[in-house]
Amino acid sequence: MAQHAHSEIIGMQPEANWITRAPTLKRKAILLAKVQDEAGHGLYLYAAAETLGVTRQTLYELLLAGKQKYSSIFNYPTLSWADIGAIGWLVDGAAIVNQVPLCRCSYGPYARAMIRICKEESFHQRQGYEILYTLSHGTPAQKAMAQDAVDRWWYPSLAMFGPPDTESTHSERSMAWKIKRFGNDELRQRFVDMCVPQAAVLDLTIPDPALRWNADRGGYDFTPPDYAELMAVVRGNGPCNRQRMAHRRQAYEDGAWVREAAAAYAAKRREPVHA
Amino acid sequence: MPEDSPLWEVFVRPRRGLAHSHVGSLHAPDAAMALRNARDLYTRRQEGVSIWVVPAAQITASSPDEKDAFFDPAADKVYRHPTFYDVPEGAPHL
Ligand SMILES: [Fe+2]
Ligand SMILES: [Fe+2]
Repeated sequence: MAQHAHSEIIGMQPEANWITRAPTLKRKAILLAKVQDEAGHGLYLYAAAETLGVTRQTLYELLLAGKQKYSSIFNYPTLSWADIGAIGWLVDGAAIVNQVPLCRCSYGPYARAMIRICKEESFHQRQGYEILYTLSHGTPAQKAMAQDAVDRWWYPSLAMFGPPDTESTHSERSMAWKIKRFGNDELRQRFVDMCVPQAAVLDLTIPDPALRWNADRGGYDFTPPDYAELMAVVRGNGPCNRQRMAHRRQAYEDGAWVREAAAAYAAKRREPVHA
Repeated sequence: MPEDSPLWEVFVRPRRGLAHSHVGSLHAPDAAMALRNARDLYTRRQEGVSIWVVPAAQITASSPDEKDAFFDPAADKVYRHPTFYDVPEGAPHL
């Protein structure tokens, strides 16, 4: 839960990177709303984690000290506006596939937070899909930009489902406790099967020459993501790990005076008034 | 390590005529900020027309471990339900 909360908070960074450069005022308002939602998701999840007895402050410190992780996907850079589309479609899309089963997980506070989150995520995915659709039906340069973004985000999105079930360290326990209800590979397959027809409507290509329908299995065969790369990013060697953490630490320190001022004001108002 | 600001439980009334119901919690230094943060956190999509924030420390809750004993007095009083009674055939509006 803590890792999930941290992911929502760190996940604001790659997208916030494009808020000031959104192509229109409408897109800017939408992106602001989405990033604000992600902050909200983080807060719902921190609150859920706190019901187990840990303090918010402890959770922050564990993140800032690098002792708790966040989803590796957010360690990739957002190089073009089309990346905002690809993140909405693929990253939020993968998150939805991962998260929908969590709405019925065995821990009530987590499940309730997930229900709120899932309701909000479908807007995220659709706005991303719309960005890509607009680009892929625009000029050839815009279409190329959209394709480039999909090429870069496809495999990292597949990696969001985690290592294969045979190698996943936590899966077995999470399944036994009914926190996770489906295996990593099953969810990954579900995601691929959803994306293929969506990519066709976008008129964009999924960057996998091995992708083809397997009638026997009733699903698409596909090339798995590079799990060695996933593990390297998890260990801290992704393109943006250091930048993301530095930014988070900076934001935390820059906000300290606000927290102190608000606490001081609250304390002052609690003092008895002397006539 | 700095301390967390107080925890507040948030209750939202979705529409006029409905009761406030619990939606979640948040940290804030005082009630006014708790209310503003609750608005931003729990009603970004017009989910409510009224919000209550209550300091979590002020809530007294029954213990989940004593649930059975605590609610036991109601268990054997089926006669409190209308379905307990046989209504004679032909008695209208009962
Ligand atoms: Fe989210
Ligand atoms: Fe999202």
